[in-house]
Amino acid sequence: MRIRVMEIGVGAFLLAGMVALLMLALNVSGLNLERKNTYKVYARFENIGGLTERSKVTMSGVLIGQVSDIRLDQDALQALVEMEIHEEVDFLSIDSSASILTAGLLGEKYIGVVVGAEEEYLQDGDFFEDTQSALVLEDLIGKFLFNEVSE
Amino acid sequence: MLDLVARLGHKGLKKLEAFGSAGVILMQALVARPQPFTMLPLVVKQIHFVGVLSLIIIVVSGLFIGMVLGLQGYTILVDYGSEQAVGQMVALSLVRELAPVVTALLFAGRAGSALTAEIGLMKATEQLSSLEMIGVDPLRRIIAPRFWAGFICLPVLATIFSLVGIMGGALVGIDWLGIYEGSFWSNMQNSVDFREDILNGLIKAVVFGFVVTWIAVFQGYDCVPTSEGISDATTKTVVYSSLSVLALDFVLTALMFGDL
Repeated sequence: MRIRVMEIGVGAFLLAGMVALLMLALNVSGLNLERKNTYKVYARFENIGGLTERSKVTMSGVLIGQVSDIRLDQDALQALVEMEIHEEVDFLSIDSSASILTAGLLGEKYIGVVVGAEEEYLQDGDFFEDTQSALVLEDLIGKFLFNEVSE
Repeated sequence: MLDLVARLGHKGLKKLEAFGSAGVILMQALVARPQPFTMLPLVVKQIHFVGVLSLIIIVVSGLFIGMVLGLQGYTILVDYGSEQAVGQMVALSLVRELAPVVTALLFAGRAGSALTAEIGLMKATEQLSSLEMIGVDPLRRIIAPRFWAGFICLPVLATIFSLVGIMGGALVGIDWLGIYEGSFWSNMQNSVDFREDILNGLIKAVVFGFVVTWIAVFQGYDCVPTSEGISDATTKTVVYSSLSVLALDFVLTALMFGDL
């Protein structure tokens, strides 16, 4: 009987460990078990600021994908950002614009997409033609000072 | 002068020899013909002893560490108006660092020292040699189950520690200090990555479990079979495991998060 109680205790202990891991995965890291089908679109930016891989891609503030790769385009000498957009978001017209925005004053960088008016839609492998780079604080201050002086 | 050098060399060789024999003992205990039916009940008994009975100290310290992190984080972050980031801070510091390290330190004190003392006393009362006399390999009968139990228990305990700590942080942050619940959890979920943070923390715990139990069973098996020897071995277990856990933690952190 004592051995049985001990075995139950050990079983419960190991089970508690597994449940704890599961809760950490789901509640703390927000792990999504179902992998969403995505398609890839690209955009070139003059300056990506602090954008990183796994940054969010949003439209009207709603999450529609994430940044999957960032590299330097040697021909255009610009940053080439690869985005994975959820499959059900298939209504991004080809004249949509992508801009790098900041969440809050000092928060993380993300990409905001604004849909255009064309009837044709972006397919896997297409490029955003209209892009807007990240706002770099130093540039902004520089411009401001320059204006002050020229006045 | 030469004497001094010789003594240093002697000491160095002694240490190296101990390290080697620790490896040999481990190998002999683990790389044997597996006997799941005799082994399993022994391992279960040891898991009960080192794991289930350590649960209380782990849960209590996890809760308090999480609560302290929440409190400290809040008082600093509220100055910058970003107190929602408390959740992120508590979760990341627990999952990546504190849970594996503090669990390993507590484990060395609670279970490692007990393992050493138990095996050491078995040796002193010649139970180990009597086992050998009746044809039972003490390495497999005594050392192997204890090693496996420690190896299994530490990651489980560390996971529970993380979870309880985060609960403690949430308790202080949300219920007492009034951080908005939604931003507390969503900030946490945005910044904690399952593979990067949680699995890496778990790998740390596995490594620490291996090292702490290895040191504990070796010190017990290798001790001088007197009462002084046992007390010496128990002290060594706690000191060596704590030092190697802290040093290994730096190495693992540099490899995992340091972009080296």
